[in-house]
Amino acid sequence: MTEKEESVKLLGFWASPFSRRVEMALKLKGVPYEYLEEDLPNKTPLLLELNPLHKKVPVLVHNDKILLESHLILEYIDQTWKNNPILPQDPYEKAMARFWAKFIDEQILTLGFRSLVKAEKGREVAIEETREMLTFLEKEVTGKDFFGGKTIGFLDMIAGSMIPFCLARLWEGIGIDMIPGEKFPELNRWIKNLEEVEAVRGCIPPRDKQIERMTKIAETIKSA
Amino acid sequence: MAERSESEEVKLLGMWASPFSRRIEIALTLKGVSYEFSEEDITNKSSLLLQLNPVYKMIPVLVHNGKPISESLVILEYIDETWRDNPILPQDPYEKAMARFWAKFVDEQIYVTAMKVVGKIGEERDAVVEATRDLLMFLEKELVGKDFFGGRSLGFVDIVATLVAFWLMRTEEIVGVKVVPVEKFPEIHRWVKNLLGNDVIKKCIPPEDEHLQYIRARSCVLSLGFV
Repeated sequence: MTEKEESVKLLGFWASPFSRRVEMALKLKGVPYEYLEEDLPNKTPLLLELNPLHKKVPVLVHNDKILLESHLILEYIDQTWKNNPILPQDPYEKAMARFWAKFIDEQILTLGFRSLVKAEKGREVAIEETREMLTFLEKEVTGKDFFGGKTIGFLDMIAGSMIPFCLARLWEGIGIDMIPGEKFPELNRWIKNLEEVEAVRGCIPPRDKQIERMTKIAETIKSA
Repeated sequence: MAERSESEEVKLLGMWASPFSRRIEIALTLKGVSYEFSEEDITNKSSLLLQLNPVYKMIPVLVHNGKPISESLVILEYIDETWRDNPILPQDPYEKAMARFWAKFVDEQIYVTAMKVVGKIGEERDAVVEATRDLLMFLEKELVGKDFFGGRSLGFVDIVATLVAFWLMRTEEIVGVKVVPVEKFPEIHRWVKNLLGNDVIKKCIPPEDEHLQYIRARSCVLSLGFV
């Protein structure tokens, strides 16, 4: 096969779990890409042109094709660069990966971020609700090195970018130990495994900078 | 012809008036998959439903050979990957991503916004109608020059967007607002006619009269127009 003129660009944001997970996939598959940092909220004309509908990162540009929405981008990457597959082959396993991915970005994010910060029913209730949801994930990863099995996959990238490398920084910033070792031994083991993976290591936002940012956002949400 | 063993058991827990449940029936019927339908009373959920979908406790749930799958878009993709006749998603990765994008758009943007129309009055309602129309314009543009979102035949986006054709547009009568007027959305109206010309669609959508009655009753009770 002749070498093609491949151009891969990613518009992202250092603190966005949605953008970071795409980087994990590209790094895992060894896909060279040009990274363009968006200075949110000052959106560049390029972003507004590529994603007029949502005006959000990440945006993947592969040759002349524009891809939006992190889950869709990950699936596209998996179908386009076939080495180191991130989705399971089996349709049922694939369905489960997609189901939990949706769950993380919808339920865990909502309960573990906005609801928690607003804590309309009180902080303890919010923590309990978040932990209830996290228990589903605890079960899913039991007995496995990663959600994907022996190697990281789609769900690891989504859960990893969202939970330990985003929400956990918020929780730390507002003084909550959301996933203590004694309650969530499997998730904690999984996080340690994740941190050893090279493709993941390069995609973890700097801790202190992120804690600072998440704490600020929390204050904005609270006072809104 | 897809091979089907005697022991293949397909069961769908659903609800007759739910767009999310009906879309699964459309996909299964399109692919000639026999299934057992179990009607759920969503005001009194069965212990089976709670057992099969402990996370969301909602329909639809597809059970294939004893294994449950929830979330309608996830189910649709599973169906397409398991029964290969009459594919509903494109093969090309980019086309596939676009189809998934529009499906998500219907469910996460259009549905969420349009739901707010029922139960609102005056200026508030006008604002929601306007917002819904802005979103629908994207679909309108997608349909130009095509019989269906899927091209010459029904595809993933068509199946998901039946929510617009047979739920959103059926609510118009009840809320007394033409959310999708033909002058503004000629392509969408043409597309609905094409849908109604399809036997599978005709078979799988809720019967109009009963459906309108149901929507009417629900919109009096809640501010939700659909499920």
